[in-house]
Amino acid sequence: MPKEHVEEYLEAVFDIAGKDGTAKTSKVAKKLQNTPASVTEVFQSMARNGLVQYEPYKGVSLTAKGAEAAIKIKRKHRLLEVFLAKVLQLAPEKVHDEACRMEHCVSDEVSDAICRLLNAPARCPGGELIYPCEKGIESCMECQRTAGRSSSGAKRDIVPITDLKPCQKGTIAFLRGSQKVIQRLSDLGLTPGTEVTLRRKTPMAGPIEVCVRRTSLAVGHEIADNIFVEALGAC
Amino acid sequence: MIGFPGTRSTSSFSSSSKRGCKDVDLVVALAGNANVGKSAVFNQLTGVDQIVGNWPGKTVERAEGTLQYHGRTIRVIDLPGIYSFSTYSMEELVSRDFIALERPDIVVNVVDASALERNLFFTVQLLELEANLIVALNQIDLMEKKGISIDYKKLEEILGVPVVPTVATKGKGISELTEGIVGLADHRRVPPAIRYGREVEDRIESLVSLLDKIEIGYPRRWLAIKLLERDEAITKHIAATDPRIVRAAEDLAKEIERIHGEPSGVVISAERYKIADEIAREVQMIRTYEDTLTDRLDRIALHPVLGYVAIVAVIGGLLAWTFIVGAWISGILSLAFNSIEQFEPVVSGPIGDILWNGAFTGFVAGVTLVIPYVLPFYIILAVIENSGYLTRISLMLDRGMHKLGLHGKAIIPLILGYGCNVPACFSCRIMETPKQKLIAAFLVTLVPCTARTVVILGLVAAFVGVWWAVGLYVLDIILIIILGRIAFKIIPGESVGLIMEMPSYHVPSAKVVLKQTWARTKSLLWIVFPAYIIGSAVLQAIYAAGWLNPVNSVLGAITVDWLGLPAVVGILLIFGIVRKELTILMLAVIFQTTDFAEVMSPVQLIVLALVTMIYIPCLATILSLAKEFGWRKASAITVFEVAFSIFLGGIAFRLLSLIM
Repeated sequence: MPKEHVEEYLEAVFDIAGKDGTAKTSKVAKKLQNTPASVTEVFQSMARNGLVQYEPYKGVSLTAKGAEAAIKIKRKHRLLEVFLAKVLQLAPEKVHDEACRMEHCVSDEVSDAICRLLNAPARCPGGELIYPCEKGIESCMECQRTAGRSSSGAKRDIVPITDLKPCQKGTIAFLRGSQKVIQRLSDLGLTPGTEVTLRRKTPMAGPIEVCVRRTSLAVGHEIADNIFVEALGAC
Repeated sequence: MIGFPGTRSTSSFSSSSKRGCKDVDLVVALAGNANVGKSAVFNQLTGVDQIVGNWPGKTVERAEGTLQYHGRTIRVIDLPGIYSFSTYSMEELVSRDFIALERPDIVVNVVDASALERNLFFTVQLLELEANLIVALNQIDLMEKKGISIDYKKLEEILGVPVVPTVATKGKGISELTEGIVGLADHRRVPPAIRYGREVEDRIESLVSLLDKIEIGYPRRWLAIKLLERDEAITKHIAATDPRIVRAAEDLAKEIERIHGEPSGVVISAERYKIADEIAREVQMIRTYEDTLTDRLDRIALHPVLGYVAIVAVIGGLLAWTFIVGAWISGILSLAFNSIEQFEPVVSGPIGDILWNGAFTGFVAGVTLVIPYVLPFYIILAVIENSGYLTRISLMLDRGMHKLGLHGKAIIPLILGYGCNVPACFSCRIMETPKQKLIAAFLVTLVPCTARTVVILGLVAAFVGVWWAVGLYVLDIILIIILGRIAFKIIPGESVGLIMEMPSYHVPSAKVVLKQTWARTKSLLWIVFPAYIIGSAVLQAIYAAGWLNPVNSVLGAITVDWLGLPAVVGILLIFGIVRKELTILMLAVIFQTTDFAEVMSPVQLIVLALVTMIYIPCLATILSLAKEFGWRKASAITVFEVAFSIFLGGIAFRLLSLIM
């Protein structure tokens, strides 16, 4: 079965699957405009490749491997949407279909380059979250740094807030994470453009303490890793 | 009201609050950020002793009180502290529905004057909700200490609502605030609408025009803003009425996102902060300031090594202090009571005598067992709470709590649990997701409260050895960690990480500490004394009627064969459901002695204490679990703990028999 095909199926399951992670075969068939019988056949073959778990009558759910692949392709799709809309100025209604076709032939290297060019956008034009690349947070700034910031000129030093030294200041560049967490952080004052001071880090990747608008916040390490700042000098 | 899944708590808002009783002239709600002194303002206004503490999220239950002023009856409602009207937590949803739909006559926005920008961010949202607003600029003493001064008149002008400076903990400005409230009730002011930046403002306005025909109680401009923020509840609600509006809002939100490259909710929050920052810049003067006390204390409290030493010292110290002082007071009190009447049960004679004797024994037990241990615990707990140290413990233990699917804040309910499980269960609401709430509450029920402490001390420390008692405590912590880890694996749902405000330290005032201790002890006594007195009387009656042995023999298979305990403890474990200390009290009644070493072996004492420690949350805790999580989960926890404690007790009996 062609790779393109498999990826479309992965995306469909990823979109449809409910809270328990299972998607009904009939729904997938409807979305991909195919017959349930042939969809079932595809799932059986995907199950053999360890991408999904298929249970007759119940439906299909992604394995860890399958979910990883689905997230990767979703990321490419959404990055492409931003690229097409923002850089190439394509009409919004065309963006989705174009991205759908392009996503399958874009290499990881190219999608990461797009990510850098667009300054790691958090959302696609459709408003959905763009998943961070799987290279881990460390490399997001590595990514920015080594590749050098492109056209826009001024080289900004964007790092996760956890990379600041105690007492160092920074300006919030952007936040990543679930909508709820991002909303909470901005409600507490960590809005883009705000100056913050890293007060303290705790050992063993414990929470950090950050000072914003003369209040002090403790933020868990995983959340803080997704707060990106432009580093300024020490206080 | 919108029907959100699981908003049981909202119903309590709608029914009783507004015109529940006819003689209420005004309904006033206190709203504001967490930890700005709302409860202190509430206490000053109403004279009710709502617990105050220096950690965010302490008020989880809405508190109500009334105030008489110039012949008017004013009902005051203390809402939980929140930072925003988003859907991050249940408290935020409940508070916004209360203000928007129940329409209290006045909303007092309690503001921390020393963190004006963050607080004004919330004030802006209250104005958007079109509340009839008055601002209590609280903690101006702290503000002055931090080198800030605020031009109150100017702030009043800009906001278009009255501003009253207060120091609620000292009662300053409260009468002015009350006057302001009454004045505002008579002459409502309509403040100017707050304008956002062009890109956002244009889109709000075009949405407002679409919302023209929608009548659902919320102000239209506020609805428009919430739709642009992609607020889940509001979007769902409007979609049910007119899905076209939602689609239009979605398009507009996307436009905002295209311009700013950020989620629209973040853009709007940022804009709101810009407004708050601008207002603050206009009205406040700041001299440079260093919080040297907080800084110096945090250098120890958050030190990678010393920080943990400090936690062990503080929590260990709290427990040790409770034991030592408790035992000392308990000794004195029992001596005093023994001289009045012999601590001996009456099991024959007229029924009145039996009941009276039982009731008296229960009363004595309450006085000698509970008060001595509860009072010293609550005094020191109040000191720790008011100092601001609890949040530091949270920060230091965050990493470890992740292993249990929780985060640092969960340590607060657990520590409170050492006092009494009931308020600790309610305080689990500070956790953000249902899963985390449930895990935290389950673990709280495993924490030995003062009642269980009495049992452990009375059985093990007194007759086997202090170190065996300490061993039980350590075992308990190990069990909490293991069971927490298992619960994390099997309970479905999501967990989020720590985001918590860190208050500055302050020296707790003696008045607040004593008041708080008394308020907590009082609410406990209301449960404890009736339970003791009735329980003790009933047991003596059962004993006299000769029903004891049948009950015990039914339970014999478990108590005698599996746990190796005397048959009489069967009935004790049943009474222990009401209050855990009843087990030890009843033991004294049945054996007619308080020297338990005479009637039970050390192994038996340890096994009994162990089983009592974990076998069931007491009745009050079961009820609060049911209230928070429903009967199904409450019974699941109860059944598990009964089975688990029996299993563990049997194993302990066999192992201990080998070495002792």
